[in-house]
Amino acid sequence: MTDFNFTSRFIANGVIFCALFYPISASARSIRVGLEEKVRSLRAAIEMADPGDSILVEPGTYKEGNLIVQKMITIIGEHLPVIDGEGKYEIFTVAASGVTIQGLKLVNTGRASIHDIAAIKGLDAVGLSILDNQFVDAFFGIHLSNSSDCIIRGNTLTSTVKDTAGVQSGNGIHLWKCNRVTISKNTIEGHRDGIYFEFVTKSRVVENISRRNLRYGLHFMFSHDDDYLYNIFTGNGSGVAVMYTRNVKMTGNRFLDSKGAASYALLLKDIGDSRIEQCRFEGNTVAIYMEGSSRMIIQDNEFRENGWAMKVQASCDGNLLKRNNFVRNTFDISTNGSISLNTITSNYWDKYDGYDLNRDGHGDVPFHPVSLYGMIVEKMPTAVMLWRSFLVFLIDRAEKVVPAVTPANLKDDFPAMKAYDRD
Amino acid sequence: MIRITKHVLYDILRNRFVILYALFLMVITLSLFSLDSDPGKAVLSLMNIILMVVPLVSIIFTTIYFFNSYEFIELLLSQPIDRKVIFFSEYIAASFTLSVAYLLGVGVPIFMLSPDWGSLYLVFAGLLLTWVFVSLAFAASVSTRDKARGIGIALLFWFYFGLIYDGFMLYIIYSFSDYPMEKVTLALVSFNPVDLARIVILLKLDISALMGYTGAFYKSFFGTSLGTVFSASMLVLWIVLPLIYSLRKFLSKDI
Repeated sequence: MTDFNFTSRFIANGVIFCALFYPISASARSIRVGLEEKVRSLRAAIEMADPGDSILVEPGTYKEGNLIVQKMITIIGEHLPVIDGEGKYEIFTVAASGVTIQGLKLVNTGRASIHDIAAIKGLDAVGLSILDNQFVDAFFGIHLSNSSDCIIRGNTLTSTVKDTAGVQSGNGIHLWKCNRVTISKNTIEGHRDGIYFEFVTKSRVVENISRRNLRYGLHFMFSHDDDYLYNIFTGNGSGVAVMYTRNVKMTGNRFLDSKGAASYALLLKDIGDSRIEQCRFEGNTVAIYMEGSSRMIIQDNEFRENGWAMKVQASCDGNLLKRNNFVRNTFDISTNGSISLNTITSNYWDKYDGYDLNRDGHGDVPFHPVSLYGMIVEKMPTAVMLWRSFLVFLIDRAEKVVPAVTPANLKDDFPAMKAYDRD
Repeated sequence: MIRITKHVLYDILRNRFVILYALFLMVITLSLFSLDSDPGKAVLSLMNIILMVVPLVSIIFTTIYFFNSYEFIELLLSQPIDRKVIFFSEYIAASFTLSVAYLLGVGVPIFMLSPDWGSLYLVFAGLLLTWVFVSLAFAASVSTRDKARGIGIALLFWFYFGLIYDGFMLYIIYSFSDYPMEKVTLALVSFNPVDLARIVILLKLDISALMGYTGAFYKSFFGTSLGTVFSASMLVLWIVLPLIYSLRKFLSKDI
């Protein structure tokens, strides 16, 4: 449904553009900018250009301060010409419709604590395409606000700048109040947040790699109706944190190696009516931390070798946990309350030791994924020291036989006997 | 000394218990690896068993052996032989046979099935535990003349380090849970060889849960080479101190 809307909007826009600018594009020029060309400066080229023109940038280094684009032009770099912000300027500021920026290498933007200086900033831009660029040590890489129908594809953003006194590093791709944006096949590394959304709706984030960012790999708030498909988030400072949003679809993503005291592979705070499917969580301290989240469908995921596969706070309700594999996690589920309002069914738990007499592939006795020791550690983190000791084994066994402390209704009545094959 | 050690060695091997022990360990190791398709998980289960079985067998076997060879020791003492020589011969023979049995039962199969750092730590920690509990067995044996009581003390040692001590620790953590207990627990762990061995192995095998706040603290200590050296030397202390105690007792004992 959303997909259909999405494409049709795109096509509609395209048609309108073509219709509007057809006479112009018939006579559209392409302006070459280069050290050996007539036009040597990119700024001059942008000033000369009429709407619909293309600017071809030849290899070289261009230091031209802040370039403001206010008409519908296409800027294409040949063999990655370098546009240098000299550590002082924002490089492109785009405030027009239908602008394309492609194949440039944007380096060293300015840094500031008041302004969000970006390598490419879009202000009220419609149909902005940012394709196949490289961003090196930008403060903010791509920063769009109040923009819609944009495409950000195939870019590489790396920042090696650590947080310095007073000025923090900026986000890789930062969107504020945008609509219908497609972000695909980008690689973001070393920024503050890899991808940051605030009030961004009906957008798609597909096949991106967000790794080793200082704070979150992906961070969004108030961003409804978005799809996150087949992205990889790995080694980010605090994993991925998403908040105050409903109707989100996360499919086929991988959340890997978020290790640390305040690190969550996926932190869900006040997320509702969303789906997390076919994702893989591996090697994290906490794979999913859920707080105040309701009516989520979490199914067909793989939880492997995490400290805690899920921490479900008692403020979550109406969630469905189905057909997930829980393998080699220290704790499968932990919670802080005594009742559970979620449905857990048909998951595979490697700790399950029940039997299946009727041979239907599902165990005949329920599995209780919350262990007493897990609850003890939840209350007293130092007790993690006793993990895998004989004492812990005994108290968990005793609790299993006669549950007294662990929530009795937090259980999987229909646990799978064999792990689901995901390959 | 070598002659006496040799004699004691033959004597130990003659009663075949050690061979059974090696076979038992080997069967467990092999079956765990063949039951579990995931070698990492098998090593973890093996660790749980080793932390229980190795101390138990080491301490009980050595104690029983010591009391059974009482008459032989008396015979040797009637000869012009230094008591130290007799004592160390007994100790070396007992710990040597148990170590060889352990290495054959666990070390060889594990290096064939899953040769990595975690396994190496497991084997090495088990070896140190063997020596620690042989030492403790000597301490238990020399402190009484009565065989039943000696075995009782040995069992108590095993029970104490395997279970009761952890219970105390949990109680202390619970009672003082409002305070930062990281350093205190670190110190407490050093007083229990079984806990020391467990944590050193875990930090090599399976650290995801130990990466939380407290875990990160332990990791920053035990995970470094300094931490490994520290825990190894604490374990060596656990070998040496009971040994010194029992040697002194043995030297002055009226047998």
